[in-house]
Amino acid sequence: MTARERVAGTVANYVDERTGAAKWMKKNLTKVFPDHWSFMLGEIALYSFVILLLSGTFLTFWFDPSMKEVVYNGSYMPLKNVEMSAAYASTLHISFDVRGGLLMRQIHHWAALIFMAAIVVHLLRVFFTGAFRKPREFNWLLGIGLLTLGIVEGFLGYSLPDDLLSGTGIRIAQAIIQALPVVGSYLSFFAFGGAFPGEAFIPRIYTVHILLLPGIFLALITVHLMLVWYQKHTQYPGPGRTEKNVVGYPLMPVYMAKAGGFFFIVFGVTAFLGAVASINPIWLYGPYTPGQISAGSQPDWYMGWLDGLVRMAPPLETHAFGHTISWNILIPGLIIPGILFTGMALYPFIESWITGDKREHHLLDRPRNVPNRTALGAMSLTFMIVALINGGNDIIATHFSLTINQIMWFTRFGLIILPPLAFVITKRICLSLQRADRELVLHGRETGRLVMLPHGEFVEVHEPLSAEKKWTLTQHEQLPAIALEQQDSRGVINPKGFRAKLQARFSAANAEVVAKPTAEEVKQLESDHH
Amino acid sequence: MANELAPLSDPGLPKHVHRKADSDPVAEKRAEQQVAILFALSGLGTILFIYSYIFIKTDLFVFLPILGETNAHQLGLGMGLTIALLGIGFGAVHWAKTLMSDTEVIAERHEFRSSDEDRADFVDTVKERAAEAGLGRRSLIKRTLALSVGLVGLSPLLLLRDLGPLPKDDLSKTSWRTGTRLVTDPGDRPIKASDLEVGAVAQVLPELRPGQERTLEDIGKDAVLLIRLRPEEFQLDAERKSWTHEGIIAFSKICSHMGCAVALYEQQTKHLLCPCHQSTFDVTRAAKVIFGPAARPLPQLAITVDANGYLIAQQPFTESVGPSYWERSS
Repeated sequence: MTARERVAGTVANYVDERTGAAKWMKKNLTKVFPDHWSFMLGEIALYSFVILLLSGTFLTFWFDPSMKEVVYNGSYMPLKNVEMSAAYASTLHISFDVRGGLLMRQIHHWAALIFMAAIVVHLLRVFFTGAFRKPREFNWLLGIGLLTLGIVEGFLGYSLPDDLLSGTGIRIAQAIIQALPVVGSYLSFFAFGGAFPGEAFIPRIYTVHILLLPGIFLALITVHLMLVWYQKHTQYPGPGRTEKNVVGYPLMPVYMAKAGGFFFIVFGVTAFLGAVASINPIWLYGPYTPGQISAGSQPDWYMGWLDGLVRMAPPLETHAFGHTISWNILIPGLIIPGILFTGMALYPFIESWITGDKREHHLLDRPRNVPNRTALGAMSLTFMIVALINGGNDIIATHFSLTINQIMWFTRFGLIILPPLAFVITKRICLSLQRADRELVLHGRETGRLVMLPHGEFVEVHEPLSAEKKWTLTQHEQLPAIALEQQDSRGVINPKGFRAKLQARFSAANAEVVAKPTAEEVKQLESDHH
Repeated sequence: MANELAPLSDPGLPKHVHRKADSDPVAEKRAEQQVAILFALSGLGTILFIYSYIFIKTDLFVFLPILGETNAHQLGLGMGLTIALLGIGFGAVHWAKTLMSDTEVIAERHEFRSSDEDRADFVDTVKERAAEAGLGRRSLIKRTLALSVGLVGLSPLLLLRDLGPLPKDDLSKTSWRTGTRLVTDPGDRPIKASDLEVGAVAQVLPELRPGQERTLEDIGKDAVLLIRLRPEEFQLDAERKSWTHEGIIAFSKICSHMGCAVALYEQQTKHLLCPCHQSTFDVTRAAKVIFGPAARPLPQLAITVDANGYLIAQQPFTESVGPSYWERSS
């Protein structure tokens, strides 16, 4: 036994005698993780969160979350002797007078953008591959929760510096609170400690931003990961992969090295962006005052769709019985986002109701094999993108020499017309791809080699697929639609008549597929060839 | 079931293909060196980081292609950190991909559902424990407990009451009174009609009374935009026309949609545009909304001049300024 082994042994013995960890560790160090690039998207979100904690902690050492008036006296000349809040002044101090402060601020902001982007792309991966199906519905809900909190956390974060741009963002948030029927003005006065902007808001959102929400994040992320660990990761279909197994690399050493290395790569890329790509240059905006604004005011991208919806809202307000209801704020700011996020959260349960499928699933779907779900995803994404485009309508207008009016009217109509169009087109594409798969399995790959037969006919040589490839293209199930039972065996009308009809309707639409080749068809063709 | 239609049989995991470094000692050595070089590069990155922190002046700017004029201190720190982190990251991944085993392992999954026996046991245990506590019988205890827990839950809500004062009439009042002078912002100088040329715009605030201080809350409600047109350009009714003075018209600068400052004035079209959501108001028609999500015109402030010729407010705003709220009556 070498000296090093002796030391390691002593430490391990010490720990194990007190925790019994050896058994657990032995089992989990060989835990298998499937390998696929799309499984790294959630990892990016996790690592950006760690980067956010690290860089954010650094920023708190200098940031002064106070709206007390101070006179700036730092090294940024253009704002010298300007009156501003202590929050804004300390952000300038971090940017110009703390070495590495600007880098950390930019890393923090970039990491936040990457965090949100990774969550969204991870969510799309999970959605399009059906990874949310039983038994992973809890994790889907946790994910929706994390996404929602992420939007709020990001917004609060970029509001903290109290510059002209972020103050404008808070003003809009305040207007949304104030627009709530009955309780709006009260909630606003409680949140802001009086009239807008007051002096209470920055210290309050600071506590929420650095303590409350990060704590909730940590808890939710922990449960999210524990469930991934306990339920074992899903895997893409392929030869040797079944619902009953998981194929991949063991935690130690391969997955540890890859995941650990990937953390450093994500951090490195974030640091690179922080080093070369200026983000949120608050010193250019100046301190916040409600009487001023800068042109081209834009929220961060994950709020952009919301702002886009607000911008395109029709000018509707109801004045009745001495009260006002601002539909132009409530519909785009609360009602539509509420419907979208509720629908998203409920989707796993809706789909399982439509398909009647209550089994566990660990093999992922290829999106083309579930045309309706894929089309629904494309539809929702189109809705978001149209809204996002309108969120940047002023920037787009100046860059592409368009008028705001053109973009606004395009997106107002586009928001209604384009999503259903995306649904139909995506569904058709999925079915075409299914047909292509079927052709591939039955007739093989087109090689591009032309052969002249003895009687002068030209044919293209088709190369049969490997058994592995054929399996990958045909392993999926094609569930039949749920049959509608309007009456039971004794002729009693189904008491769930309407729901059953609805379910059958959806189920039939959902079951629309191109039949995959059967074993007989494949055999038939093989015998024809030989 | 449809899944029984799966036509072909699973051929099983494909045969493992060995990498070059698995069999060729030269390739293995090369891979090892590459990993070591990446880790060493990371060390160099940290040295660059330390050097930049200590020796590069924070106000040194250098010109770089693409980036343009760049702060050398910030760039040195950032690139040092980047190299330090990426070196470790790429090194570790390269190590895992070239030198660690790439044989795929199969692990079995198990259904999550507990066995029927365990479930039955669980239900029995819960029933037994609940019976022991008398949960089924002691309804008086249950009800009072539920009531008291519910009441205790109210306490933290009550404690939040002092987060802020009640709105009262704050949202409907501004500092503008009859006869309040209009003063420039910034500068706080009273203005005469002759200070504004036709086509000009100015932001004004109500003059401070002695001893009064101006807060951001005040500015958020009091900010007013003065615009001077030729009087014949207005299309106003008689009352609104009487609120102008020699072609000078005054509107609240706080957007009637969501409260942003309506700061973009297009002189040619005489439109005011809010940069937040592009609500557009026609100055000649009493700030009527001609585009965008705002539902109400900007409130107009009636102005005139005092004995010394300075612009003053004829009367307070006749309606609430800023975004809508439930108690707003019009």
